[in-house]
Amino acid sequence: MKVTIDGIEIDVPKGTTILEAARMIGPEVAPPTMCYYSKLKTSGGYCRTCIVKVTQGSTANPNPMPKPVASCRTEVMDGMVVENTINKEVLEARKGVVEFLLMNHPLDCPICDQAGECHLQDLGYEHGAANTRYEFPRREFEKIDIGKYVQLHMTRCIMCFRCVKVAEQLTDNRVHGVMHRGDAAEISTYIENVIENEFSGNVIDVCPVGALTDKTFRFKSRVWFTKPVDASCDCKKCSGKVRLWLKGNDVLRVTARKDQWGEVEEFICNECRFERKNTADWKIEGPSPIHRSSVISQNHYNHLNELKVQVMKQQKALGFMDINKRP
Amino acid sequence: MGRKLLIHNDKVPGINTYEVYRAHGGYASVEKALKTMQPDQVTEEVKKSGLRGRGGAGFPTGMKWSFLAKPEGVPRYLVCNADESEPGTFKDRYLMEKIPHALIEGMITSSFALGAKTSYIYIRGEYFYVARIVEKAIAEAYAAGWLGKNILGTDFSHDCYVQVGGGAYICGEETALLESLEGKRGNPRIKPPFPAVAGLWGCPTVVNNVETIAAVVPIVNMGGEEYAKIGVGKSTGTKLISASGHINKPGVYEIELGITVEDFIYSDEYCGGIRNGKKLKAVVAGGSSVPILPTELILRTAKGEPRLMTYESLSDGGFITGTMLGSGGFIAMDEDTSIVKNLFTFSRFYHHESCGQCSPCREGTGWMEKILQKFLNGTANESDVDLLWDIQSKIEGKTICPLGEAAAWPVAAAIRHFKQEFIDIARSKKFVDISHYDRLNKLVRA
Ligand SMILES: Cc1cc2nc3c(=O)[nH]c(=O)nc-3n(C[C@H](O)[C@H](O)[C@H](O)COP(=O)(O)O)c2cc1C
Ligand code: SF4
Ligand code: SF4
Ligand code: SF4
Ligand code: FES
Repeated sequence: MKVTIDGIEIDVPKGTTILEAARMIGPEVAPPTMCYYSKLKTSGGYCRTCIVKVTQGSTANPNPMPKPVASCRTEVMDGMVVENTINKEVLEARKGVVEFLLMNHPLDCPICDQAGECHLQDLGYEHGAANTRYEFPRREFEKIDIGKYVQLHMTRCIMCFRCVKVAEQLTDNRVHGVMHRGDAAEISTYIENVIENEFSGNVIDVCPVGALTDKTFRFKSRVWFTKPVDASCDCKKCSGKVRLWLKGNDVLRVTARKDQWGEVEEFICNECRFERKNTADWKIEGPSPIHRSSVISQNHYNHLNELKVQVMKQQKALGFMDINKRP
Repeated sequence: MGRKLLIHNDKVPGINTYEVYRAHGGYASVEKALKTMQPDQVTEEVKKSGLRGRGGAGFPTGMKWSFLAKPEGVPRYLVCNADESEPGTFKDRYLMEKIPHALIEGMITSSFALGAKTSYIYIRGEYFYVARIVEKAIAEAYAAGWLGKNILGTDFSHDCYVQVGGGAYICGEETALLESLEGKRGNPRIKPPFPAVAGLWGCPTVVNNVETIAAVVPIVNMGGEEYAKIGVGKSTGTKLISASGHINKPGVYEIELGITVEDFIYSDEYCGGIRNGKKLKAVVAGGSSVPILPTELILRTAKGEPRLMTYESLSDGGFITGTMLGSGGFIAMDEDTSIVKNLFTFSRFYHHESCGQCSPCREGTGWMEKILQKFLNGTANESDVDLLWDIQSKIEGKTICPLGEAAAWPVAAAIRHFKQEFIDIARSKKFVDISHYDRLNKLVRA
């Protein structure tokens, strides 16, 4: 099926969503996602950050779709034409969604473990406004320990339902995830029951914000002071393919490996995640690929120095003051 | 007097019982359909009748029925939406309370048309006493052989069940209703798939409003063409209107679609004019979700033609100068009404009823309520009007289900037509008393 996104045409199999098609083209046209997770069935549709405008439904029915659609839950049709980054209306609507997501959010990034790898930070930076128009008290919840390893700080939750889907799809023993409704809705502590499960730790990795955090890592370090390396072990429960976050030779944290879109490549078991905290437990494969725009890559990789040289050259050419001599 | 097809017998003593209902011609449509018609013929009659969904959206019922997927070996369901929770709408309750058998007869005839062996009536939690009435009527229908195995000796068998909801407005949205019916949290589903393909338990399902299903009875009895003669254009037949507000005679009225709004408000047959000789200020014509219109625009369209009680005439002019027939919740407001205060009530409702799945509705509804509260507290600024406008525009059309729109439209319409009132309140910094809400809250919690 042929679909055109922001003027770029691509051929995709039937059943592909607009979002997946856009990702196939590349990050330039891929809409941001906060709730969709390609590894979790029925995820997506909730946050509305991925909305796009369908200006032509299909070749057979060329009418535009009247409302913007959630690209993560809308399948492409042959001849569909989609506008994302080139459509003002979409960008404005997305700005609105970001405002809604941040409205009741504490934005306590300086004391939040997620800072530096937080999708909400990225989203706010790229699509949000500089100021908030919301002047009322923000929603607050008590922190809850859900088991030995995971802490839930509902105040930061954006209700993406990813953790609920993990609990439903990766673990047994779990039906409900949300209590109450509207802006009083919260992830239920029912989740406590699940923490016994061997795959429950994955809720931390799928959480786009700092609502679900690793208690074995809490406040140990800012992520950008740790160095990620890919490592593996012979695990009987999972693939054993993980990412270690090192400070010197100490393993401060173990997570699953994440792809370009910030999604877990393979879910890992709790033993790998929480119990194997010695480099001796692991076979280290090498440095993890981290996008150069990520704060995590700071000080870790040489290409940053190359980049700096490039930027300085450009700036000099444009007559800017030398980066190193600025007051 | 306009013709009545649904509640013409509502004053007959004992019409809620099987014997009296039957003696007044009840269950004739089942007899006619089962004995003399094929299921598709019934659907055909409904198509010819031009009947449109009475639950709010006005989707042609016959077309909805013909979309129902019919894969071999998979059960199909008819679900009756009796969750009626839209502020200003109370017609379904009236019908079920007074003439419960009209609904059950409609359920049987419609199920026959759809080939549904099982049907459910999902009744709003607060209507628990209505559920008892309907349950009793179902028991009577079983006893008289209208429900159960081999009805009237044919090979059509049918079971009908009542399910009482937990009392959430969102469970009136058809997919949330289905989730709730399945015993889950009543969250709207992301569509597609539509219920006609994958509804209850993943099987093809038709969801129809109480009044829609009840209207199938006269349609089958009199024939679709005859039914379509009532009304104007694509608004055929009769419609129940829940009339409330500052009128002399609030209540449920059955009207022929096509009478003028003016007639409906001022004639003695219906609302009987505005209470205490006051002047009409504004009308919400189709339940709290539809845009409010000032007197000039509700009585006449922008072109100056008399506004009619039809789907088309009420929406003439789009949302700029028109509104919607919606579910027929007709709320009239006199000259003393504060539009801002009224809007606050509506916004408070939508905030309270949002399910919380999608960000714009979850966060935006609460935000709008808080800003409107500022107007009532006397702390609002003029710029808050623009902010409200912007927030509603960022909710509308960006949500999973239409509750987002239902919350946004009233705000947009109030500002569109009564902006000056917002500005005046903001300038005057006057406190508007809403303490009765607190008293109400306490009563509800007690
Ligand atoms: C938030 C919301 C609440 C609704 N509540 C009701 C309701 O109480 N009763 C109803 O019949 N339809 C309600 N609807 C409309 C239903 O989703 C659906 O369109 C209707 O039941 C279809 O029946 P009809 O075609 O016979 O009108 C609601 C829709 C929304 C979005
Ligand atoms: S979740 Fe993200 S945006 Fe929120 S406080 Fe933490 S780092 Fe900041
Ligand atoms: S806790 Fe995290 S993963 Fe779960 S719903 Fe909230 S934001 Fe999403
Ligand atoms: S629009 Fe509101 S009620 Fe509907 S799914 Fe979204 S949050 Fe729930
Ligand atoms: S990513 Fe598509 S709606 Fe959240």
